[in-house]
Amino acid sequence: MTLTLKDQLDLTAIRKQFPVLDQSVNGNPLIYFDNAATTQKPLAVISEISRYYTEDNANIHRGIHTLAERATAAYENTRKSIAQFINANESEEIIFTKGCTDSINLVAHSLGGYLLKPGDEVLISCMEHHSNIVPWQLICEKTKAVLKIIPINDKGELIFEEFLNLLSERTKIVSMVHISNTLGTINPVKEVIAAAHKWGAKVLIDGAQATPHNKIDVKSLNCDFYAFSGHKMYGPTGVGVLYGKRSLLEAIPPYQGGGEMIKEVSFTQTTYNEIPFKFEAGTPNIAGVTGLNKAIEFIQSIGLDQISHHENTLLLRATTQLSEIEGFQPMGTASEKASVISFNVEGVHPFDLGVLLDAKGIAIRTGHHCTQPLMDRFKVEGTARASFAIYNTFEEVDQFVSALSNLIKKLR
Amino acid sequence: MNIKVRQEEIIEEFGLLDGDLEMSINYLIELGDQLAPFPKNNKNDDFIVKGCQSKVWLFAQEEDQRVIFHADSNTVVTKGLVSLLVRVLSGHRAEDILNEDIYFPDKIGMGRFIGSQRSNGFSAMIKQMKLYALAINIKDKK
Repeated sequence: MTLTLKDQLDLTAIRKQFPVLDQSVNGNPLIYFDNAATTQKPLAVISEISRYYTEDNANIHRGIHTLAERATAAYENTRKSIAQFINANESEEIIFTKGCTDSINLVAHSLGGYLLKPGDEVLISCMEHHSNIVPWQLICEKTKAVLKIIPINDKGELIFEEFLNLLSERTKIVSMVHISNTLGTINPVKEVIAAAHKWGAKVLIDGAQATPHNKIDVKSLNCDFYAFSGHKMYGPTGVGVLYGKRSLLEAIPPYQGGGEMIKEVSFTQTTYNEIPFKFEAGTPNIAGVTGLNKAIEFIQSIGLDQISHHENTLLLRATTQLSEIEGFQPMGTASEKASVISFNVEGVHPFDLGVLLDAKGIAIRTGHHCTQPLMDRFKVEGTARASFAIYNTFEEVDQFVSALSNLIKKLR
Repeated sequence: MNIKVRQEEIIEEFGLLDGDLEMSINYLIELGDQLAPFPKNNKNDDFIVKGCQSKVWLFAQEEDQRVIFHADSNTVVTKGLVSLLVRVLSGHRAEDILNEDIYFPDKIGMGRFIGSQRSNGFSAMIKQMKLYALAINIKDKK
């Protein structure tokens, strides 16, 4: 796909790549503002999945026939693309998983089980998604380690001094979200990683919301692990990625047992395969992985600088207009923020806003966004959340704000 | 007017809206507005039916061998939904409430209007109302 991108994005050309956007929902043109939940898929991704099943379908790695070779090449090429995309040292440091949640569970189980002893500490922040809370609760319960929470301020920013105070020789793992799915806060993960490393702690970054918006450089960040999902970056569902430093991936035990992850199996002893295969038990989502490669090509064809610039412009426009609504209560006003707006409107339940906006063809998300502890922190039951992607337009923002204003008048 | 007739009435009313989502939701909100005020003392966790995102408070009392339901919600859409159930089931004998099939949600295409998550919440409301009727029925038979 070649897009003409000079000084300004050609949004018409971009939107044409997303057939799902070209439809009416409940009698209105669809406005899709639920991108933090999942992004829509460009034609290149959809076509690749179809092409893979039409032309190449075979099981990978151990087959000796031509189709198996082609399928393996498509799968492994994606691994190389991802390694380049996040600037990993080598493609063996890229593990394919079911999704970001699966990646985090892998680290919690394998690294946590390997490192944690009773009384050791794992640090996470108050703004984590349940996916970066519950796996740590499970492993802490099993190992008798202690889960500690880094607090945030009223703007939804990490309180860095408190984080520094929590670090100690007992801290073995720090796991933190790069960009909050609820607040949009961009955490200073490079500084977090450096501070944690001074105490010898290993650091996992949950990058589910970051990879579609910002350039990720795992070498520059110096993170030990970086987890993300394909479906939040224009790729298929059911595919995730875990980056891990080679030394750590080699040291920690496998997460799941099965085919592919072994070197030799007998009833008395099993030896494990090399990385990355050691962590990829069973037949993976081959079609999904090849589709993810096309999603990366799509992102690179536009450029993450252009993408984040466009989304930030949408964010600014939406925030400015929404702030004029009487009773607008934003949640998450960090100075470093990605294109997510969570809010409440005084006297109106977010659920009602979501239902009535849907009737107008506008898709937003309402509820706790899988961050219930964060809702408790801000003493709210839930919020309405609009989140933007590269294909969203200024006109859509204007229509959303206008529809919202009218609904609020009706509901009050 | 028995439970079946009330259900048919609702089916007819929603039929006039011709499946228009926005009009149906607006109508639901209007119906919710007409619900009788919920007893303040009962607006607590003992009477809550938890949905995915909204809360419903539900309370039943017996008057002249009839079950009277009171309901409220913290969202206007859900309040409209529960008002439909109050309209259908309130004022009937406990035994009738237990025996009658509640079929109007399918007939008015409620799943399409309110989504699967809220359909589950709606089923929980029906279940709770039948449980109230069951409790009253058992008490009456003692």
